[in-house]
Amino acid sequence: MCQAVMATMVTSTKKVTGKGLGSGGRFPGPNGKKPGGNGFHGGGDGSKRKFSPTGYRLTMWMVLAAIVMMFGALSAAYVMVSEEQRRPVPMPRMFFVSTGLILVSSATFQRAKRSLQQGRAGAYLKWLLVTLVLGVAFLGSQLVGWRELSRAGVYFSGHPRSTFFYLATAMHGGHLLGGIGLVLYLVIRRLRPLWPLHAEKNTAWTRVVGLYWHAMDGIWIWLFGLLLIFK
Amino acid sequence: MSAETHEGVHRHPAPTSFIRKYIFSVDHKVIGIQYIMLALAAVLVGMAMSLLMRLNLSWPGTHWPILETLFPTGAPGGVMTPEFYLSLVTMHGTIMVFFVLTTAPQGGFGNYFLPIQIGAEDMAFPVLNMLSFWVTLVGFIVILLAIFVEGNQSLGQAFSALGPSFTGGSGTVGPIGGWTGYAPLSALGKVAGPGQGAGMNLWVISIAIFCVGSLLGALNFITTLLNMRTKGMSLMRMPLTCWAWFTTAVLALLSFPVLLGGGILLLLDRIAGTSFFIPSGLYVSGLLSGTNPNFPLHTGGSPILWQHLFWFFGHPEVYIAILPGMGATSHILATFARKPVFGYRAMVFAIFAIGLLGFFVWGHHMFISGMSPYSAIAFSVLTLSIGVPSAVKTFNWLGTLWGSRIRFTTAMLFALGFVSLFVAGGITGLILGQSSLDLAMHDTYIVTAHFHLVMGVASIFGMFAALYFWFPKMFGRLMNEGLGRIHFWLTFIGVYTIFVPMHIMGIVGMPRRYSSFGEYEFLKTLHPLVLLVSVAAVITILAQVLFYFNVFWSIFKGKKAGDNPWEATTLEWTTATPPPHDNFAGVLPTVYHGPYEFAVPGAPNDFIMQTDVGADVPSGNGHNGHKH
Repeated sequence: MCQAVMATMVTSTKKVTGKGLGSGGRFPGPNGKKPGGNGFHGGGDGSKRKFSPTGYRLTMWMVLAAIVMMFGALSAAYVMVSEEQRRPVPMPRMFFVSTGLILVSSATFQRAKRSLQQGRAGAYLKWLLVTLVLGVAFLGSQLVGWRELSRAGVYFSGHPRSTFFYLATAMHGGHLLGGIGLVLYLVIRRLRPLWPLHAEKNTAWTRVVGLYWHAMDGIWIWLFGLLLIFK
Repeated sequence: MSAETHEGVHRHPAPTSFIRKYIFSVDHKVIGIQYIMLALAAVLVGMAMSLLMRLNLSWPGTHWPILETLFPTGAPGGVMTPEFYLSLVTMHGTIMVFFVLTTAPQGGFGNYFLPIQIGAEDMAFPVLNMLSFWVTLVGFIVILLAIFVEGNQSLGQAFSALGPSFTGGSGTVGPIGGWTGYAPLSALGKVAGPGQGAGMNLWVISIAIFCVGSLLGALNFITTLLNMRTKGMSLMRMPLTCWAWFTTAVLALLSFPVLLGGGILLLLDRIAGTSFFIPSGLYVSGLLSGTNPNFPLHTGGSPILWQHLFWFFGHPEVYIAILPGMGATSHILATFARKPVFGYRAMVFAIFAIGLLGFFVWGHHMFISGMSPYSAIAFSVLTLSIGVPSAVKTFNWLGTLWGSRIRFTTAMLFALGFVSLFVAGGITGLILGQSSLDLAMHDTYIVTAHFHLVMGVASIFGMFAALYFWFPKMFGRLMNEGLGRIHFWLTFIGVYTIFVPMHIMGIVGMPRRYSSFGEYEFLKTLHPLVLLVSVAAVITILAQVLFYFNVFWSIFKGKKAGDNPWEATTLEWTTATPPPHDNFAGVLPTVYHGPYEFAVPGAPNDFIMQTDVGADVPSGNGHNGHKH
C-alpha cells in the first residue's frame, strides 16, 4: 500500500524522444515532464568556447548585484546610526552639481551607444570622450564637495554620520573610477585598427559598460537622496 | 611570468610547464584540487586548536611543556591563560568556517565538478577562477600571520611599524572576539585588551580578502552554470549537486559584499578613528573614551550595527557551508540506492527555499542583543519556517532510500551519516529558533552542539562523502574501502560522543567560551561528561590520520579505477579518468536524459547515462516503482 503510493510519487521516467535536438529548452524535462525552462539560452551548440554576449551581460548583472548589496549594507548602517542620534550635516552645494554631471554623463553614454548602433564610429568615439570628461569632472566635483564639508566642520573621523558623507562618496567614487577605466577601455578598443572587425564584441562591451555606468549613476542618486533625506 | 599568465586566456591549450600546469593553473580541475588541499591544510590547524581547547577544559592547570616552548607568553609555565584559550576559540571558528567549510565544498568540489557535470570544457572565466583561489590563499596566509604576530613578541613589535594599531605580541594565538568579531571590543584596538591589536587587524583584513576571493568565485559559478551548459542540459536535467553549487554561489554573491562593507567599516574604526561601531561614553579597561591618548573620543556608533551586518552575512554563510553537502548527499544516495532521487523538483525548490529564507533570519543570532520582542517573533517564525524545506529534503532522502537495495560503499556511509547528523543537529534548531528559549540557552554549550552537528560536522561528512565518491574520477584510483569504513565508523560514533553530551551540558547551563569551570559548584558534576567529550575528541582526531593516510596513499597506490566505477549516470562518468584538459577531449557531450535514471523499467541496465541515445525505453505506467 505504502509502496504503491511511493511508486507514484517517485519521479517517473516517461518516454524520452530524441526529437528537437536543436536546443536545451526543447527537450523534455527530466523524467518526461514538460521541458525545464532553460531561461538563458544555455546549453551551447556544442561548439568550442564561442563568444557569448549573454555571458557578458549576465556577469555584469552579477557584479552589479554584489555592488548594490554592499551599498545597501552601507545605507542600512547610515540609517541605523542616524536613528540613534540626529546631527544635521549640511549637504555640500557641489554635490548638486555632481548629480547634474553624472545624469548628463549617462545621457551622453546613451548617445555613444546609439551612434554605435547606427554605425557612426566617429560620433561613437566623440560621445565616449564626452562621457569620460564628465566622469572625471564628477570625481573633481566630489573632491570640491569634501572641501566644503571640512570647511563646515564635518570631518572624516567624527560622528559616524559625518564619516558616512566621506565614506559613501569615496566608495562610490572608487567604483566610478572603475567605470572610467571601462570607458577608457572602450576608447582604446575603438582606436585599434582592427576595430570594425569585431562588431559583435564591440556592441557587447559597449552594452556591458553602459550597464555599469548607469548603475553607478543610479547608486549616486540613491546615496544623494539618502544623505538629503536623513539629514 | 605575467606574460605567460596572459597567454591563452580564451582558448587555453593544455599547459606544458610545471608551473602553469600545477601552480598557476587556469584549469578548473587543478584549481578545485588546490582548494581541497587548502582545506585539508586549514582543517589541520583548526583541529589542532580544538584539541588544545579540549585539553584545557578537561585537565585545567596541567603543565604542557610543548605549549611553554611554543608560546612562552601565552602559556607561561605551559599552563594556558584564559586569553590564550579565547584566541583559540576565535581562530578555530574563523579557520574552520571560512577556510574549510567555505573553500572545500564550493571552491573545491564545485570547481572541479560543476563544469564537467554541465558539459562545459572549463569555467566561464578561467583566469578569474585562478585569481579567486590565489586571493583566498593570501587570506589564509594573513590569518596564519595573526597567530604568529600575536604569539611572538619580536614579530609583534616588528609589526608596530605599520602603525600603532598593528602592535602585537600579547601572547595569544590571534585575536579574541570569536569568529563573529563582536564590536565594540573588536573596534577599539589595543586598549580593549590582549589580541586586539595586530591580531584583530589581520583578522579583519584576512576576512576582507576572503570576501573578494569568494565573490570572484561566485561570479564565475553563476555565469558558467547559466551560460555554458551543453546541448540538451536543461536546468531541470542538472544533477542536484549543480543546483546546490549554483544556489550557494548566489548566496555568496549577495552576502559577502555585506561582510566586506562591514569589514571596511570595522577596519576604519580601528585604524582611522571613526566610530561606526563604538558608542558614546564607552568605558573600557579602566579608561573613559576621550580621556586618554590611548583611547580617543568616539561618539554615536552602534555595536549592534556590527551584529546586523555580520549576521546578515553570517546566516547565509552557514548555508554556503551546508548546501553543497546536501547536493552531494542527494547525488550519492541516488547512485548507491540505485533509484532516482525522490521528488527531484521538490529538492530543487527546497534548495532554493532554504537559500531564500536564509536571508531573512539573521536576527535569530541576536535574540539576546536587546532587540524588540516583536522583531524577535518575526525572526523566530521565519527561522522555524526553514524547517519546512529542510523536512522536504530529509523526507526525500528517506524516500530515495525507501525499498532500495543499498550499496554500502564508504561514500554512501558518509552520505547516510550526513542525513543522520543533519537531522540530529537540525532538531535543536527548532528549540533554539524560539526566542523565549534561546534567551536562556544562547550562551551555553547547546548552541555549540547544535551548530557543530548541523553545519560543521554534517558539512564535513558531505565533503568526506564527496571525496570518497569522486576520488576515482579525480585521481584515477579508488580510495581504500576498508580503511574508509573504519574511518567512517570511528568518526561517526566519535562526533556523536562529542556533541550529544554537549546538549546536556548546555541544558544544565554550562556557558560556552569559558576556559575553565572550576569556580562553579553546579557544574562540577558535569566533569565526567567533559572528560568523555575530550577523550572522544582525541580518538576522532586520531581517526582522521587514517583519512589523510588513505588520501595520499591512494593517490599513488590505490586500486586503479575505470571511467565509471560506481555505475553512475552523470556526465563526469562519461569522460576519461582523470578527465583530459578540456574535460571531454574536444567533443562536448549531448544530453538526452535526466540525471538520476536508475532502475528504469524495461531498460537494459539498471542505470541510463545522461548521454545514452539508444536507451530510450517505452514505459507503460509512467513511473518506475520498485517491484520486489
